[in-house]
Formats: sequence, C-alpha cells, structure tokens
Amino acid sequence: MVTTILGRKLGMTQVWSENDELIPVTVIEAGPCVVSQVKTVKRDGYAAVQLAFGDIKESKVNKPSAGHFAKAGVTPRRHIAEVRLDEGEDVKVGSEITVSVFEDVPTVHVTGTSKGKGFAGVMKRHNFSGGPGGHGSHFHRAPGSVGQASTPSRIFKGSKMAGHMGDETVTVRNLDVVKVDSEQNLLLVKGAVPGAKGALLTIRSA
Amino acid sequence: MDTIRAIEQQQIRDDLPAFGVGDNIKVHYRVVEGTRERVQVFEGRVIRRHGSSNRETFTVRKISFAVGVERTFPVHSPKIVKIEVTGRGKVRRSKLYYLRDKVGKSARLKEKSY
Repeated sequence: MVTTILGRKLGMTQVWSENDELIPVTVIEAGPCVVSQVKTVKRDGYAAVQLAFGDIKESKVNKPSAGHFAKAGVTPRRHIAEVRLDEGEDVKVGSEITVSVFEDVPTVHVTGTSKGKGFAGVMKRHNFSGGPGGHGSHFHRAPGSVGQASTPSRIFKGSKMAGHMGDETVTVRNLDVVKVDSEQNLLLVKGAVPGAKGALLTIRSA
Repeated sequence: MDTIRAIEQQQIRDDLPAFGVGDNIKVHYRVVEGTRERVQVFEGRVIRRHGSSNRETFTVRKISFAVGVERTFPVHSPKIVKIEVTGRGKVRRSKLYYLRDKVGKSARLKEKSY
C-alpha cells in the first residue's frame, strides 16, 4: 500500500486532545492524489508510482503534461511526485490515494521547502553569538576571524559564513498524527512543518 | 483559512455564561491527581481576557492567605466543568493589572449597577 501523499499546508491552530490537553497542530490538506504512472522493474529498472495532486486550469496545462495525463486517463493535476514501491506491490494507474491511508498511522515524516530568508548573516544563519552591542564595542554582528595568516593561510572549506538561507528541502520526522478527516481530506499533525501557508508538502508514514 | 476557522469553531464552547473583565467568578476546574479526578473551585476577579477564537484565555486573581494568586485558564477548555458569575465589577479598562499593586480596601471594585 502506498502510504505517501502530497498535500498543501493550510496553517496552524490548536486542538484539545482526548485527555483535554491543548496541542499545537498544523492543518494539511492532504490529497486526494491520483496515480498517473506506474514504473516497473522490468521496464524502468525500479518499482515506483507517480502521484499527481492539485487542481489546475485546463488552459494552464502544457502539451507534454496534458498528453502524459491523457495517457493515464486522469484529469491534469498541478504537482507530480514519485514514490518508490516495495517488491510485489501492485498499484493500478488511475487509482486514488486519499488521506484515509493514514488512519492507523501514529507518526509521519513531512517534507517541504522551507521559507526563504534571503542573504542572511552568520548570527541568523549559523546562530553565532555576535559581539557586545555597546560600551565602545564596534563588533556587532560580524563573523569574526575565519583563519590565520601563515598557517593555514587559507580559509577552510565549509567554514560557516553569511549566505543564502532557507528555501531548501527540509524533512521534519516523526510528527504525531492528531486527526485524520477523510471527508474533508484533512490531516492534522502535531507541531510545525516547513514552508509557508499553501506550500506543497510530501507526507509519508514514519 | 476558512478550514482552519471551521476547525477552531468546532472547539468553541457556548455553554458557558458570558463574563467579562472585572467580574467575580467561580471556575470549577477538573484536576487529575494520579488516577483520581476531582473538581477544584477557583474564585476571584477576572483581570484579563486575552486572545480570540479557541485560543482565548482569561486570568482570575484572588487573595489567598494574604498572597495574591493568579491563574490563567483557556476559555474553551473541556476541563472547565462550569463557571458561575457571582458579581459584576464596574471597570474602565480591559486589563486590571493595577490591582496587583493594591492591597485591602483599595483593591476592591465597585459593583456594576444596571
């Protein structure tokens, strides 16, 4: 069974648990996804399914992907992603994967793209402590010394420096599933997940 | 956004009486001690209501053995068995933090008259 689904982050709120404790949750609109292609060991060298998710206007679909979806006999979707299959699993093209596959799943891994922070300094990007703010100090947020003159007389590769931060793939592992709403295709997981509201997420069973 | 509002709306309790800042209330609150459960009553003045939707909280202040005690409850907590309003105070602000610096007679509020 495929226990991976694509979804859209809707935002965060709080719900009361069964023992009346307040838990922070992220609401994810998960699926329904449709299988748009099945890859087999015989033909492709590995077993996988291609999941498609999200509404898209007919006029926005380019011709190659329109043809691809037409071949599978499904309406075009906005996003596609591939999920590896274990040996012996049989999934048909066109079959639907809904959030109900997570009904008996206690924890999930959620993958998404983190919010972009732009060009960030070392204090924000690498949690450097920075210098004193005042008392005659002119050393505030700079990285400080990054190497010595004669030895090694170069900067080591991988030194933590300022640069682009965020907008990278992040996986948050082992989030508790709080609630599965098959009717509205909603998945509530405990805690935060990467990305802004409306961001595409991949949720797989832990 | 609307989906989230709908989820929050489901959690909101409408069985509690309306009360505001300055009111004297009794909060009957379920506490779990090990495996036993009992209902505790916390009586005092409401000095703050904070937040909105299902995140709203209120703070009750009372003087216990000459020590000021404040407790914050979520308004829509299922642990609240019931709330009794025993008096309505006349107040002119939304947060009664000034009561913290007052002792004895000056820490009282006038009753609201209708």
